[in-house]
Amino acid sequence: MSVLVFTENWDGKFKKSSFELASYATKVAEMLGTTATAVSIGNVDDSELKSLGNYGVKKVMCVKNDSLNVHDSQTYTKVIAEAAQKEGAKVIIIANNNTGKALAPRLSVRLKAAIGSGVNKLPLSVNPFVVVKRAYSGNAYAQVALKSDIKIITLAQNSFELIETPNDAAVEAFAPSIDASMVKTQLKDVQKQSGKILITDAEIVVSGGRGMKSADNWAPLSELANLLGAATACSRPVSDEGWRPHDEHTGQTGKIIAPNLYIAIGISGATQHIAGVSSSKFIVAINSDKDAPIFEAAQYGIVGDAAKVLPQLVEAVKELKGK
Amino acid sequence: MKILVCISNVPDTTTKVKFTDNNTKFDANGVQWVINPWDELALTRALELKDNAANGITAVSVIHVGNASSEPTIRKALAIGADDAYRVNAEPTDAYNVAGQISEIVKSEKFDIVFCGIESSDFNGSTVGSMVAEFLDYPSVSAVSGLNIENGQTVITREIDGGKEVVSVPAPFVAIVQKGIAKEPRIAAMRGIMQARTKAIKVSEPVAIDSLTEIVTFELPQPRAKCKMVDAENPKQLIELLMNEAKVI
Ligand SMILES: Cc1cc2nc3c(=O)[nH]c(=O)nc-3n(C[C@H](O)[C@H](O)[C@H](O)COP(=O)(O)OP(=O)(O)OC[C@H]3O[C@@H](n4cnc5c(N)ncnc54)[C@H](O)[C@@H]3O)c2cc1C
Repeated sequence: MSVLVFTENWDGKFKKSSFELASYATKVAEMLGTTATAVSIGNVDDSELKSLGNYGVKKVMCVKNDSLNVHDSQTYTKVIAEAAQKEGAKVIIIANNNTGKALAPRLSVRLKAAIGSGVNKLPLSVNPFVVVKRAYSGNAYAQVALKSDIKIITLAQNSFELIETPNDAAVEAFAPSIDASMVKTQLKDVQKQSGKILITDAEIVVSGGRGMKSADNWAPLSELANLLGAATACSRPVSDEGWRPHDEHTGQTGKIIAPNLYIAIGISGATQHIAGVSSSKFIVAINSDKDAPIFEAAQYGIVGDAAKVLPQLVEAVKELKGK
Repeated sequence: MKILVCISNVPDTTTKVKFTDNNTKFDANGVQWVINPWDELALTRALELKDNAANGITAVSVIHVGNASSEPTIRKALAIGADDAYRVNAEPTDAYNVAGQISEIVKSEKFDIVFCGIESSDFNGSTVGSMVAEFLDYPSVSAVSGLNIENGQTVITREIDGGKEVVSVPAPFVAIVQKGIAKEPRIAAMRGIMQARTKAIKVSEPVAIDSLTEIVTFELPQPRAKCKMVDAENPKQLIELLMNEAKVI
């Protein structure tokens, strides 16, 4: 018996979210009286694989196979399912990101394993196995009992603390029974921006809405974000207008995020927008309308004109943070 | 080629969420039901593909697992332009069960492309589409923000962290779609609403499939502490609070 955690890599490197997953898997394993094993697919070097051990993982199964260079959900599912069977995994943990959302449901059917998706804390109990998940787009949480022998949890990003439990993880090569003929996805083109902080990874997000008035007014917002090491985001109408790129759109129909700090500037706080940011630890609102609903979701607020307040915030950060 | 679009029936996105029966059931009292926003975009894209005869799409059908009370939502999909509809007459108990029911219909009716939305706005599972694919052993592509057919081949754009990939998979396959797949949801015209009345909704009884999960209870989020206001004349105080009180910067 064990807990299996799938740790995705980005060009051979793990991210903070990988270590959140490792920490979470280790805690779930403790609840079950067992240990956590990670499975990694792709070319990741041994020292990187071993770094998962710093978060309590006892063993890392490492799959290197050129057929897996393109993400093909069907084949990746086979690999993780085989790893789970080999380990006798009772719980499988995957990130609730695009990759996790593509794999976890397939694994669920393959292993007849109940799935708790978008979970943001440890199971309430393991017998019965009950997890808490987001429901009604952030307007509620559901306690869900997972009734099958094997269980799958997809963990919401930035929702679980890193817990350092240093130990020396054993790295083992794992060769699943797959071959190139199984891979149906053909990759034609990749378009990647590099250097930009992803809003789903960022601990601070500075976001602008229609109250920013025009695309030309974004410079102080971007500067504030830069100074804070933050990612920039926006409301839906702003991306619809083409003021900002689509991948910055947060909310129910855009990105769902849980940063430590979300600064909403000129955003009214419509339920569909709040649905994407309500898990933020702190929300700051800057809005000229004192009755804007965003102030109900925020812990700190300024009633004022964004065009006046933003440059002053930039100056204040420079002064107080010594930048 | 035939396209099937999976439709979930969800409360309007502005609904004030409440529960009954000791917090185990959603309070549907006075709730306006709509097509799940992503499913509506999926349907729109399917119809756009069919509009161009060169794509060779012969029919766009929709499927819904649910009881008769959700027929108005199915009729709406027909009014928007779907050719016909399937309804599996079962209370949708969990994603595994719903996906199992849908895959039975896909198998018997031989659809080439199955569209699913990335999540339903009520249960936020992000699971049904990929489950259908695994039940059928079909390829699936997730986070799809664009789908075209060129020379009989599918050209699919999917979102990855910090970018996009363009991929192709052979039919039959499942596409799990998100923002970008269509610009604006197509709206039913008067003619469509009239025609929808005579279009067929094929009702079938469910097959026996387990449910793997059970809702124990719902909880409402904790109300947040009252917002602390900072004077617009002194924004510096906000930065001080974030540094010294919230300790987040
Ligand atoms: C199915 C569905 C899904 C949706 N999904 C999303 C989603 O994912 N994300 C999303 O964001 N929206 C979504 N929406 C849209 C949502 O309902 C709102 O329309 C949108 O969030 C409003 O964006 P906004 O706050 O930027 O603009 P507005 O609502 O126009 O608000 C602008 C705000 O700026 C303030 N303001 C004006 N001038 C100034 C100034 N000089 N300084 C400071 N403040 C100023 C105003 O007081 C106002 O509060 C969805 C809608 C539907 C129906």
